[in-house]
Amino acid sequence: MNQPASEQMLQLLDQEGQYEVPSKYSQYGEVVDQLGEEDYKKFYRDMARIRRFDEEATALQRQGQLGLWVPAIGQEGAQIGSGYAVGNKDHIFPSYREHGVAITHGVELMSILKMMRGVNHGGWDPNETRFHHYAIVLATQALHAAGYAMGVKFDGLVGTGDPENDLAVITYIGDGATAEGDVSEALLFAAVNESPLMFFVQNNQWAISSNVETTTKVPLFTRGLGFGVPGIRIDGNDVLASYAATKLHMDEIRAGKGPFLIEALTYRIGAHTTSDDPSKYRSSEEVESWKAKDPIIRFEKFLRRQGIGDDFFEQVSQDGEDLAKEIREATFALPEPPIENIFENVYTDPHPVVDAQRQWLKDYENSLEDNE
Amino acid sequence: MSNYTELSIAKALNKGMAKAMQKDPKVITFGEDIARLGGVFRVTEGLLDEFGANRVFNTPIAESGIVGTAIGLAMRGYKSVVEIQFDGFVYPAFNQITSQLAKFTYRSEGSLSMPVVVRIPYGGGIGAVEHHSESPEAYFAHTAGLRVVSPSNPNDAYWMMQQAIESNDPVIFLEPKRRYWQKGAVNLDQPPLPLHSARVLLEGSQVTVVAYGPMVTTALQAAEIAKEEGISIEVVDLRSLSPIDMNTVLDSVRSTNRVVVAAEAPTFVSVASELAAAISEQAFYHLEAPVIRVGSFDTPYPPAKLEESYLPDADRILDAVDRVLAY
Repeated sequence: MNQPASEQMLQLLDQEGQYEVPSKYSQYGEVVDQLGEEDYKKFYRDMARIRRFDEEATALQRQGQLGLWVPAIGQEGAQIGSGYAVGNKDHIFPSYREHGVAITHGVELMSILKMMRGVNHGGWDPNETRFHHYAIVLATQALHAAGYAMGVKFDGLVGTGDPENDLAVITYIGDGATAEGDVSEALLFAAVNESPLMFFVQNNQWAISSNVETTTKVPLFTRGLGFGVPGIRIDGNDVLASYAATKLHMDEIRAGKGPFLIEALTYRIGAHTTSDDPSKYRSSEEVESWKAKDPIIRFEKFLRRQGIGDDFFEQVSQDGEDLAKEIREATFALPEPPIENIFENVYTDPHPVVDAQRQWLKDYENSLEDNE
Repeated sequence: MSNYTELSIAKALNKGMAKAMQKDPKVITFGEDIARLGGVFRVTEGLLDEFGANRVFNTPIAESGIVGTAIGLAMRGYKSVVEIQFDGFVYPAFNQITSQLAKFTYRSEGSLSMPVVVRIPYGGGIGAVEHHSESPEAYFAHTAGLRVVSPSNPNDAYWMMQQAIESNDPVIFLEPKRRYWQKGAVNLDQPPLPLHSARVLLEGSQVTVVAYGPMVTTALQAAEIAKEEGISIEVVDLRSLSPIDMNTVLDSVRSTNRVVVAAEAPTFVSVASELAAAISEQAFYHLEAPVIRVGSFDTPYPPAKLEESYLPDADRILDAVDRVLAY
């Protein structure tokens, strides 16, 4: 189940960066045909950028600058490809590892680090970015996405025949999260309401220490079938397959075809979080075999075949170093949140208990100062 | 002069919802069996015909899905009034209510509001099977980010429903199901009070009985019996369980100096316990006796044949009244 034959999985780039469209997947090839060199470069630049960011964040955590880090190394192809396929009106409901998707929609990297440093719980405005907050309780976001998609349909913004007007919703879930009841309920609500909702499942093989065989008895791309949600499995380490599948099916969803599910087969090269020790539950041979399928190396090979040379890659590498320095300095410079933030936005409307306790803490702090 | 009409609590809730939906096209309602049937208690009867299937619809039987999608709809600008069919069926939605609905405004630093009303028919006394008679208010009152209210009469039902829908925060709206068919006058023009205010329903001088939801009727019965015995009870209808209008409660305590708190819920770690503690902290020198809680036993809700002995009644309230008067 883990290692499907290639004919059961959409792959457009092989490990050597050779681009080839199997005839049964020609419609996906047509999506890629619309891309140009600048798009390719953008994909590469962002995959490399988010990996460098990820490495730096891990280092910052090790130095005690972040409470926790959630690495996404190995999943850049799935995330950057699908992220760029999401339209500029669409809404995204991520899990908590979608740093790559975040940067394709203008989320500031520092807002992610702020959250991981413990400055706040969210840190970006989803109304502006259309990239909603990270969901720490697994799969809850799938239902929020399903509700949002219901609202989009009530607003009459699906299948109007004007693709500029319509919008769709995409939710990211991991293989582990598919076990949660909320995913089943979200599939069901989306199906019966024929909602404009994409389920993008990154199957990175491991839910902390439980491998995907603990999680499912059937391939995850078939998980929606019983609910009436069709699906496809793609090579998640192939950024072009991820882009093409997401773009094609999001277009269909926007046009009113109803929900769809993509299973992106990928691998979590790093730990679940910086608190995890994957050497206790998986072999280094397995990890090495997946490193050989690295989405960034593969795409570099493709770009070099396209005639893109050292200058570009050196520049990207230098940009990565600059970014690392920038976020390191910005992390050190992050101010502590004011104590009053404990009490801010507990409610939207005024609340007497919150007001009284805010005042109590203020008086208490003042009394301590008076005693000094 | 205001216009009045006579309505049951269930009908008043229905009219309150209809009025809110007429005022604001973003108000929608959904849940299990709430559309054509009008809900198992008929609270939403007629709304489908008036507002159409885009605003009044049945959902799959999936409570987490009901609340989870209401959250997503709030993000899209809709104000959902969702029905949980019975108190004991709310727990599959517990995570979506307490970890999501309650926390999104905080998590988003105020960029999101969660104007969702979760309606729950609650409480016992209707001879039902298991899971149809519970009082889960403490779970929700304990959770910051939620507001929790419970009307005790048709006028409050009519107005508090509209006020809950107007709230920009999530409101757990607990409907006293055994009192659904109790009738009373409803003022169609003027709300009696803000949503979170308590009210002195009956003035008295010797003992304050604080109650809410279905127990308010019981407290009034107790006061009636006590009056015949020459004991003057003041009944405070709490109306809002979170936040609690302590000023109204404390004013009453300061005038009677004796308090009994009555609720259907088991007393351990309950809203009644919170009241007892808060009154002791804030009005200690006005108390002539300890605050006594009257509630159900700390057992699971018993089979219906036993509920009469399980639920507090007027006699158990009066027993507590005698105890506080003995100090």
